Formats: sequence, structure tokens, C-alpha cells
Amino acid sequence: MNYQTVVGLEVHVELATKTKIFCGCTTEFGGEPNTHVCPVCSGMPGVLPVLNKKVVEYAVRAGLALNCDITRVNKFDRKNYFYPDLPKAYQVSQLYLPICRNGKVEIEVDGVKKYIGIHEIHMEEDAGKLVHDPWDDCTLVDYNRCGVPLLEIVSEPDFRSADEVTAYLTKLRDILMYLGVSDCKMQEGSMRADVNISVMPVGSSKLGTRTELKNMNSFKAIYRAINYESARQTELLENGGKVIQETRRWDANKDATFAMRSKENAQDYRYFPEPDLLPVEISEEWIENTKNTMPELPEAKRARYVSEYGLSEYDAGVLTSDRDIARVFEGVVAKGGSPREACNMVTGEMMKLMSETSTLPEELNIDAGKIAALIKMVADGKINRNTAKDVFAEVFRYGADPVRYVEENGLGMLNDISLVESTIDDVIASNPKSIEDYKNGKEKAFGFLVGQTMKTLNGRADPQTVNDILKKKLQ
Amino acid sequence: MSFNNKTALELGQMIKNREISSVELTRAFIDNIEKTDKDINAFITVDAEGALKTAEDVQARIDAGEHLSALAGVPMAIKDNICTKGMLTSCGSKMLYNFKPPYNATVADRLYSAGAVVLGKLNMDEFAMGGSTETSYFGAARNPWDTERVTGGSSGGSAASVASGEAVYSLGSDTGGSIRQPCSFCGVSGIKPTYGAVSRYGLVAFASSLDQIGPIGRDIKDCAQVLSIISGHDAKDSTSIKTASLDFGGCFEGDIKGMTIGVPVNYFGDGLDEDVKEPVLKAIDTFKSLGANITELEIKITDYAIPTYYVLACAEASSNLSRYDGIKYGYRRKDCENLLDVYYTSRSDAFGMEVKRRIMLGSFVLSSGYYDAYYNKALKVRRLIKNSFDDAFEKCDMIISPVAPTVAYKIGENSSDPLKMYLGDIYTVSVNLAGIPGVSIPCGFGANNMPVGMQLIGKSFSEPKLVKAAAAFQNATDFHKMQNKYMKGGRA
Repeated sequence: MNYQTVVGLEVHVELATKTKIFCGCTTEFGGEPNTHVCPVCSGMPGVLPVLNKKVVEYAVRAGLALNCDITRVNKFDRKNYFYPDLPKAYQVSQLYLPICRNGKVEIEVDGVKKYIGIHEIHMEEDAGKLVHDPWDDCTLVDYNRCGVPLLEIVSEPDFRSADEVTAYLTKLRDILMYLGVSDCKMQEGSMRADVNISVMPVGSSKLGTRTELKNMNSFKAIYRAINYESARQTELLENGGKVIQETRRWDANKDATFAMRSKENAQDYRYFPEPDLLPVEISEEWIENTKNTMPELPEAKRARYVSEYGLSEYDAGVLTSDRDIARVFEGVVAKGGSPREACNMVTGEMMKLMSETSTLPEELNIDAGKIAALIKMVADGKINRNTAKDVFAEVFRYGADPVRYVEENGLGMLNDISLVESTIDDVIASNPKSIEDYKNGKEKAFGFLVGQTMKTLNGRADPQTVNDILKKKLQ
Repeated sequence: MSFNNKTALELGQMIKNREISSVELTRAFIDNIEKTDKDINAFITVDAEGALKTAEDVQARIDAGEHLSALAGVPMAIKDNICTKGMLTSCGSKMLYNFKPPYNATVADRLYSAGAVVLGKLNMDEFAMGGSTETSYFGAARNPWDTERVTGGSSGGSAASVASGEAVYSLGSDTGGSIRQPCSFCGVSGIKPTYGAVSRYGLVAFASSLDQIGPIGRDIKDCAQVLSIISGHDAKDSTSIKTASLDFGGCFEGDIKGMTIGVPVNYFGDGLDEDVKEPVLKAIDTFKSLGANITELEIKITDYAIPTYYVLACAEASSNLSRYDGIKYGYRRKDCENLLDVYYTSRSDAFGMEVKRRIMLGSFVLSSGYYDAYYNKALKVRRLIKNSFDDAFEKCDMIISPVAPTVAYKIGENSSDPLKMYLGDIYTVSVNLAGIPGVSIPCGFGANNMPVGMQLIGKSFSEPKLVKAAAAFQNATDFHKMQNKYMKGGRA
């Protein structure tokens, strides 16, 4: 019998608000342990939560981008459980009335498009972190992360392969980053997923027993874990075994999942409405305002780059792969750079330099006006393309002003044809062997002669002009 | 000079008039506590040094011509479940035997700004769970009228400290009657404000949707004065209503002619002791003679108030008290095997029986499979109770009722029978469920010459009206001026 993999995801993203969900503490990552805390987020007796409105705003934004219905009257609920990283021993979350429901996201795998359903999105608070101190053999608690706002995005079990999961996660991350609601840094834990995996016979519609992998924080690990877990379950069933509903742990070193010692399935969270917070009402007006101020999402941007700028799907895809790269590109176009040339500069030179200097998109600090000026110099025949590449590197690395840089370093194109001609004459005179080779049909020799001329002229001549003159002289 | 027949407003005026200094007054009350509290056990913490320092500061500011409030320089005390920065806030529990909060409750901040001199922290039932102050880890408080008897609770220390002359006024908290019932038992006045009128920020939560902080004093005017200081919106409490502080201007004079007072006849039936019923009925006559219209009505649904209250209050408490896990502060059992062991043993050691009982009850009603049958149903009944009060207030301005079915009983008499203890809350809990205000003032004496109080209940934010009626009653009667032996013999 053949088995079909079925996956559902619960993705947690930390919101990019400046302060925590229920107090004024900073959400900044890092910081000495227990320095980003106050009586409220550390759960002191007597404290009360006050909702950060920005969290609701971001949740609505995400919900609209993921085609969800927005719940008009929102309530928070308490999820009760004991753990040292949870100072109140309950997490304020949403069970009964989550802020978003019934959404969907379109993904594409190998040219096939399909929708993944979003069951719900709810707002909640993050917990702290346990740190084991091997020196003293004890466990310490860092409450800095306590109260950082989270969205939990719960998908329907609509995935049928690890590739679909990767496509969805990539798209989700792009959208959330574009919206500015999260930086989705997996290495800092600001995007992580609980992955539910089951298998069922092909053609069946009855879902199999699932296992859960919690807190997965790399796309690669998720991909490998799904394939491993799906194969494990299939083998179990084929050998007449049964899948046990349990939480399993992915071990990246061993490339395998292992059952966790866990009684979690028996846990009763005793949810009930949070009495310390009032219901949050979201008006039609609020939703409309949010809609009107939504940033353009990657998909729409990509389509616009193709239709408006005549770029290829591929180029448009590269440019919109990151919000900050698109920002630079649009900046160059806005400053008068032609979209075609702007695209070449950004996807070519800029991205090459970014990888050479390990610059992340959000760290980009390049003046789009300078790139536009550079493009103009090429278009006006003031410098040639090779020079432009060198100048771009100066602009990228040191913020050089391209016009001044070209001027000060004498990189402008030569307009003096007689100098080009006399240089070519010198090159012909001093390379008789190459002339002979060329006349014997060796095309390579021609290139060598052009190169020699350009070298003598410090690259300042127009290569096409050199070509033309040389050809004429050798006839 | 004896200050025991003086109210907080009178003493505040004397300080203002330079008839006495705040320091002098504070010292007299500290002496009084030293002499009296071994009998009464109203205080868990006495901060003599801090109080004298505050008194000096406040006096200096008054001398410099600053007007802080009508109560500036008057010594008072705070229930031990209200956070005071750096001062032990134990909630009457072993669990928080060493907990010194890093912050002040909003009410504490407001009182300090108004020039209050905080003498210390007051005894209470553990985590405010109880009606007698017998469940305190620090021992039962004793009634100044008869030290064999309970003070009532959970704000027993708050009521007893005022009744014994150890503090001029105090703060208590009321979740199901915890201000009103000890006021009745100890012969003092108190107000349970409208839910949301006073910030709960810094009040250690018992049942978040029911808890309110309120004043206890020698008479209703003192209470109103304190309430005007501590009430008003607080951005730190999302359930605090966006409104200015309560204003009692014009509430202390004038008559109550034409006011309609409702008498819920079903509150005066079975279960109410005759010696309590009689003074309350007499109080109704007094109101009638003062010109009020008396109308009889029924608030039937309140028969379900006690089960509804215990389901909801315990549910919230089970969650609110989960944070006491031995990890971050308070009591932790040493030499534990592992994490679960820390949780189990610390909580087993440090919570008393009544607290454990309510945590178990609350956890049960929230469990999956029972949630709808108990918690959800209780929420619906709560709504019906609120509706029935709304209906009643269509017919009258306020309702008069007993506060408790009995006078203060003997220490130990009821402590083995929790159900009987819970039934003692019958006249008070529905007010918390409805979120409306209730005033408790003395109206006579019952068996064994123990004080009896009456309750005036009004709709949300009708405190000025309730205070006006209570003040008219106190202007016409002397019950609130009666003195027990501690008051009479007090040095202060």
C-alpha cells in the first residue's frame, strides 16, 4: 500500500513591537539575563496586564494579508500550566475567540499551485528561557523573553509533502517581513513551528494518527524531519504497527526523531477567560484603515515589476525576495534610474557585494540616488560598464559619490579619438606576432589587441570604439 | 489628650490647625498598637520607624504650607494583600512569609501622595479566603468587643485595628464581603466600591473579577474621604473604569426625604438570626422617620449567589495562586529531588487548608468535561443576578439588608465546617457578582452585646447616594460612636 504524508503547522512568530504585550519592557533580543523585566512580565503578586494596542494592529495586518476573517470582539483566555519559564503559571492566549479565522495562502511547488488553509491566528505572550549552568549543575531562568508578543498561525492539515511545507514557510516569512510585523529570524527564535505529521493510505480521506515536533527553528530541519517522520510512520504501518500520538524530538545530529518522555497529551490547560483584560473590539473603520495602509505584498510587487517595468518573472522574483532589496530597487527607479539598469545593478553588483561582505538585506545602507547617478553616467557615455562596476563597489563599501569619484580618479571616458588611434597604432607596432595570428584567422588575437589598448588607456576608452578602429586598421 | 473619639477628618483638621502634629499622633498610635495588639493581633507588620519618618516628612510639608489632603498626617494601616514597596506583603500566608514587593500598589501610591502615614500591614484570612481571619498563617485576629470572638474576614485586621483604636482608618479588600462583614462584626463602617472604581494594581489577586479595595473607618464620612483619594481611573488596571475619582461633595448634609429604599423580603427569612434581624428592621424604621420611602421587593435569583460565587471565585483563585510555585519568591522547600517535587512540597507546605480546598475546587470546575457544567453555567447565573439587581433599581434608589446572618462567633466555632462558613456570605456575595457598591455601617448590638451592621446596596457608581443615606443615618444615631474597652482605655 502507498502512503500519503499529511502535515499541519502551528507557526509562532514574535511580533516586531518595541515593547512587550502587557508591559512597557523592551522586546529587544539579547541583553543580560533578567534585565528586560519588570514586576508585570515577571509575574509578581498583584500585577495586572495592559494590552499593547500595536499587537492587535499587527495581528489584524497579518490576518488581512493571509485572507482571514477578523474577529470583531476579541477575548483573551488563560492557559494554565506549571513551568519555571512561565512566571504566572498561566499563559495569556486566545482559545475561544482568536483574532483571525478562515484564511488561506497560495503556494506553488514545481509549477503546481494550491491553497493552504489557515485555521486561525491568535495572539499570546511568549515565555522565558531556561538556561542550564553546567558549572554549578543547576538550571537558571531568564525572563527577558517573557511577555514578548507572539502570533500563533495555525494551518489546516493541508500539506502533502515537505516541499509544500517549505514553500508555505518561505511565503509566510516573506509576507510577515514585508508587513513589518515580524523579523522572522529563525536563529533568534522569532519564527518557530510545531509540526504535526501523519500518514494515510493514498486515496483515503481519513487522517492517520499524528505525531508532533515542537519548536522547530530551521526550514532545513523541518524538511528533513517531515521526510524522516513520514518514512518512520509508513514503515511502522506497513509492518502492522501503530503510530502513537506523541510529541517527538528532532535530533539534527542523528538526523532522526525520538519520542519524548512526555505526559502532555494528558495535560488539561483549564482554559478560562482572562478576567484582568477587557474584550478588544475591532471596528469596521479600524479594519478599513489597516487595509488602506497595508504595504504592498511580495506577490503584488512581483506582478507589478513585470507589468510596469517589463522585467522578467525571474528578475522580479529576485528583487522582491526581500523587502529591503525591493526598497533599494524602487529607490533607484524613483531617482530616475531606468528599471532595467536598476535591476541589473541591484541583482548583479549589489547582491554580489552583499554576499562578499556578508551584508544582510536589513543592514543595507546604500543611497539609491547614487546608484541612479551611476546609471545615468553609463547611459550618457561618461563611463563604461566596467568602470561602473568598480565605482559601484566604492559607493557600496564607502558611500562614495560616483560623479566625484569618477572625476577625482580620472575614470571618465576618453573623447579624444586621435589618442585612441595613436595608442592602437603603438599596440599594432609592438605586437607583430598577434597581428600575424589574427591574419591567420585566430580570433583570440583580436581580443588580446583590444585588451592591450584598453590597458594602456586605463580602461577609459569605449570598448566598441576601440573595436571599430582596430578592425579598420587591420583590414 | 485622647484621640479615640475623633474621626480621621477631625484629626486631619487638628493637624492642619496645628493643634497636634502628625508625629505626635503617630507616636500615640504606635504606643497604642504596642499595648493593644497582643490582644487583638490586627497587625502582621508594624513599621514604627517608617511611620514616624513619613509623619515627619508630611508634617514638614504641611508646615511649608502644602495642602496634601484632608487626611494628611493621619496614621492608618493597610491590609496585607496590598503591595507596599519594600514592606512585607504576606497575604497572611506562609507562602509569602518573606515577600517584600518591589513596587507600590496604586492605592498605596495615592495614599502616600495624600500624606497618609502608614503604620503597618494588617492581618487577614490567608489570601483573603475566609470570613473570620482564622485562616491567617500569623494567627487569628481577635474581636475588640470580645477577644474570644472572631473579627470576621477576610479584612479582619483592617476592621479590628479601627475598632480597637490601633489605626484611625484602614484599607481592606472585598471579594465576597471581606470588607462589609468584618465591619459588621467589629462595629465600624466600610465601603465595597463599584467594580472598577478603585485600581486593583498591586492588590494580590484572589478572584480578579470580584476583588475591590475599599476603606474602613470610624464613620462613613471618613470612608468617603478615603475613597475619594483612592478611586479614579488607573492606566495600569485595564478593568479600572475611565472616570474621575468619586466625589462626595454635598453628601454629608441635607436630608434623604423622597429617597426610596428597597427591602428584599427574602433576605429577612430563614437563616437570619433574630438578634441581627431586629436592629436592621429598626434601621429601616429610622430611615422611614428620616423621610425615606420604604418599598418591599424580592431578589429571588440571589438564592443561587453562594454556589455561583464559590465556583467563579475558586476558578479564578486556582489560576491566580498558581504563580506561587516556590521558584521565584516566597517559600520553597529545600532539598527537593526534582522540579515536580519543588512544586508539590512547596505548595503543600505553605498553603493552608482553606486555600488548598479552594484551589482544588477551582481546578475542578475548570477541568475539561466540567467547565460547561460549572464555570460556564455560573457565568450565566452571574449575568442573571446582575439583571435582577438592575430590575430592583428600577423600583428603588438602594436596597437595605443585613450584612451577615449572625454576630461575630467564637474563634474555632465554625472553622471545621466550611459550608457553614460559606453560608455566612449569603448577603454579601451577590453584590460582588453584580459588580455594584455596598456600604456596611453599624446599626445596633445583638447577642452578647456584639455589634450588628446593615448593608446599603446601590447601582454602579451610586456610592455618593449610599454615603448620603449612611451619613444621614449616622447623623441621627450613635451606633458608630460606641466604644469597646480598647477604645475607651486606649492611650491615643
